[in-house]
Amino acid sequence: MSGNMTITLKIWVQKNVKTQGKFETIKVQHVSADMSFLEMLYIANEQLMKEGKEGVNFDHDCREGICGMCSLVINGLPHGPDHSITTCQLHMRKFKDGDVIVVEPWRAAAFPILRDCAVDRSAFDRIIMAGGFISVNTGNSQDANSIAIPKVDADKSFDAAACIGCGACVAACKNASAMLFVSAKVSHLALLPQGKVEKVKRVLSMVEQMDKEGFGNCTNLYECEAACPKEISVTNIARMNREYLFATAKHEDVVVSAGF
Amino acid sequence: MALDSKIPGGPIDTKWTNHKFELKLVNPANKRKFTVIVVGTGLAGASAAASMGELGYNVKSFCFQDSPRRAHSIAAQGGINAAKNYPNDGDSVHRLFYDTVKGGDFRAREANVHRLAECSNLIIDQSVATGVPFAREYGGMLDNRSFGGAQVSRTFYARGQTGQQLLIGAYQSMMRQVSLGSVKLFPRREMLDLVVINGQARGIIVRNLVTGELESHEADAVCLATGGYGNVFYLSTNAKGSNVTAAWRAHKKGAYFANPCYTQIHPTCIPVTGDHQSKLTLMSESLRNDGRVWVPKKKDDTRSPDQIPEDERFYYLEEKYPSFGNLVPRDVASRNAKLVCDKGMGVGSSKKAVYLDFAAAIDRYGKGSAPKGADAAKIKEVGEGIVASKYGNLFQMYQKITDENPYKVPMRIYPAVHYTMGGLWVDYNLMSSIPGCFVLGEANFSDHGANRLGASALMQGLADGYFVIPYTIGGYFAGTKLEKVTAGHVGFEEAKKESQARIDGLLKIKGKKTVNEFHRELGKLMWENVGMARNKAGLEANLKKIPELREEFYKNVNVLGSDGDFNQNLEHAGRVADFLEFGELMTFDALHREESCGGHFREEHQTEDNEAKRDDVNFSYVAAWEYKGDKARQELHKEQLTFDNVHLATRSYK
Repeated sequence: MSGNMTITLKIWVQKNVKTQGKFETIKVQHVSADMSFLEMLYIANEQLMKEGKEGVNFDHDCREGICGMCSLVINGLPHGPDHSITTCQLHMRKFKDGDVIVVEPWRAAAFPILRDCAVDRSAFDRIIMAGGFISVNTGNSQDANSIAIPKVDADKSFDAAACIGCGACVAACKNASAMLFVSAKVSHLALLPQGKVEKVKRVLSMVEQMDKEGFGNCTNLYECEAACPKEISVTNIARMNREYLFATAKHEDVVVSAGF
Repeated sequence: MALDSKIPGGPIDTKWTNHKFELKLVNPANKRKFTVIVVGTGLAGASAAASMGELGYNVKSFCFQDSPRRAHSIAAQGGINAAKNYPNDGDSVHRLFYDTVKGGDFRAREANVHRLAECSNLIIDQSVATGVPFAREYGGMLDNRSFGGAQVSRTFYARGQTGQQLLIGAYQSMMRQVSLGSVKLFPRREMLDLVVINGQARGIIVRNLVTGELESHEADAVCLATGGYGNVFYLSTNAKGSNVTAAWRAHKKGAYFANPCYTQIHPTCIPVTGDHQSKLTLMSESLRNDGRVWVPKKKDDTRSPDQIPEDERFYYLEEKYPSFGNLVPRDVASRNAKLVCDKGMGVGSSKKAVYLDFAAAIDRYGKGSAPKGADAAKIKEVGEGIVASKYGNLFQMYQKITDENPYKVPMRIYPAVHYTMGGLWVDYNLMSSIPGCFVLGEANFSDHGANRLGASALMQGLADGYFVIPYTIGGYFAGTKLEKVTAGHVGFEEAKKESQARIDGLLKIKGKKTVNEFHRELGKLMWENVGMARNKAGLEANLKKIPELREEFYKNVNVLGSDGDFNQNLEHAGRVADFLEFGELMTFDALHREESCGGHFREEHQTEDNEAKRDDVNFSYVAAWEYKGDKARQELHKEQLTFDNVHLATRSYK
């Protein structure tokens, strides 16, 4: 039951991290409106392979919008023209017969291109490593209901924790800033009593690592929020800035009182 | 080798406690002398890496994704079970144990299931401590909901993203260990072989998926937490990358494969729409808390659902199973959906779907919460709001895929392959038949029998990783003599050569068909003959067709590009090659098991009202298959199952 749309793809191909990439044009036939965008790319790849050419490589995995692995800039928009979803949830009914669609990888100095449309996002893992956790070893926790958490706080924390770490916020930002990603993690943990203990050190370390990775600054354009498939709010950035300000003041206290 | 499950003696509720005491210990200063490889970073793998890192072992963690946070546990939606009894509705460790053994249709190991139930409460405590934002009530306490196969509310959840939140929790704990230096990360690596030296698992061969280089990694033990094999069906709710390769390679090195025919077909998935379909999407079982399942009573009824009056609707689960209603276990719900569709009552253009209807719940919630004197529209609005707060992300997902609004029209759902209860055989310590090779989470076979209950997979993954392996691996190290082995050992060189030869073999075929075409064909054979209903003729036909397809694959597949590059086509080819071997074993296992149990439904063995008919006299055993070479039939080893604490009975959810 293939469809009757024909799509022209202009898609980024690049052999590896060291070489120069370019756009390749592929005419994809028999596209149906019920296909997902990635299924359309599968058809394009099958077509290429039948001609003895390599398919285009792109990251994807769960196909349910939750793993955060898929990552395409479609017609200039990270995750494409539909709102609050990832590329894997985008369907071809958002396009029409004869459309030309430009497909690119995330573009940011901190996300080097590995091959075609697949990039290296390990910078995000290193930011989490810097402090995006609660230091509790397995086995020394108390009963889960021993600390009551107001529903409002738990819900707000959840809203921030919904981040899937895809990097669309960085790709959407003209400065390639990672503030939305980092602030979502800072907020998720700072809003819970369990996470408050380490909040000073956490925000300082995570921001320091973010800067080290080469992400740009935030200039309050909110492109990140518009591109975010999980509707992570920029209020998290404001919260992180407050946490950071508080932490720098507090940090000086700590340093002074320790006699440095 | 005879199977020794090493189940400790004594009463069921003291086995684990006594066993923990009896396990030998490795003193803290010596732990750093041991290296443990963990393959896979889902709930089982990430929690295992974190907890073993905390103990002081050197852990090396591998995953094929670009980041450990992406493993497919992340897609689990509905929740995680625990016997906390917070709702005061009569739950207990024993009840969770009982429900799970019964839900598994008496094909799981009692001792393992009891341990799982004991660990369940610790998991909730641990997860909350690591910052998992579970759903809460206004008083600040944790909220619970109901899942299939249970008459108590014991499921903890984080909206429709419980798996994501639990995985992020375990991932964060693991990343903390990475920062402390006890865990080393190796993302974008695919395990291609297990290295066995002197009969012990001593390392793995992986392909670096960015550079293409084959790497040898040595260790003192290897933990496989590599998930299930649902993608043998091509269409499943698994992630596209989920595969059987790591487990299959270990199997070929001596790890027995247990009960491969036990697969779970989940009742509530979005139906297939066409040939282009590459993946099926689950709609969480939690929706059956509030959704009512029905089909039109009339065959081939083409009226839209809102035009079908109440008395012309067949609420088949509620009518057939009044005490569990829409919350019967998954195998029962799936089979009944197939039954009504086979009788011509299915809906949608394919006629292979049933309705999951929220109208009654929206109305009930609306009436309960709308202000006094509210009109019908207001009641509906309030009701929809409450439903959205519970399942909003699932409704959005449904709408994006189908272009229909499930608040206004009933969802259309149909069963799809979701989870695999079978897996590598392990003893009570989670060790496979290869000493030093441990298997955790969905990749092993032990806890769910022939049917897994909803919200139990997350529980098992985290129990294995946080609370079982940290103890049992110490017992192994303390009681085993391990020679010093480096990655330069001839065992690694040979395994590497074999892996390279397989890659070269695939690249030089240069045939006419794509890897995906073969995968689809295999999937079709598996779904038709080893799917929801199986019979002798179909299974025998498969045993002919799969080897033919495999032969054609090695003559006519076209794998493009080179092995020295980032090459997804080559990755897929290797995985499909292993599925083509594995699918045959799965079929063979299904053919040999002349009974119906849980998700394994043999048409020859059913009761008059189409329920699964077990044969406890002849099949109350775990079928563990031993690889005997590519040309020989696999050898069957039986682990007899005994039920001393849950009375063997025909399951009834009526």
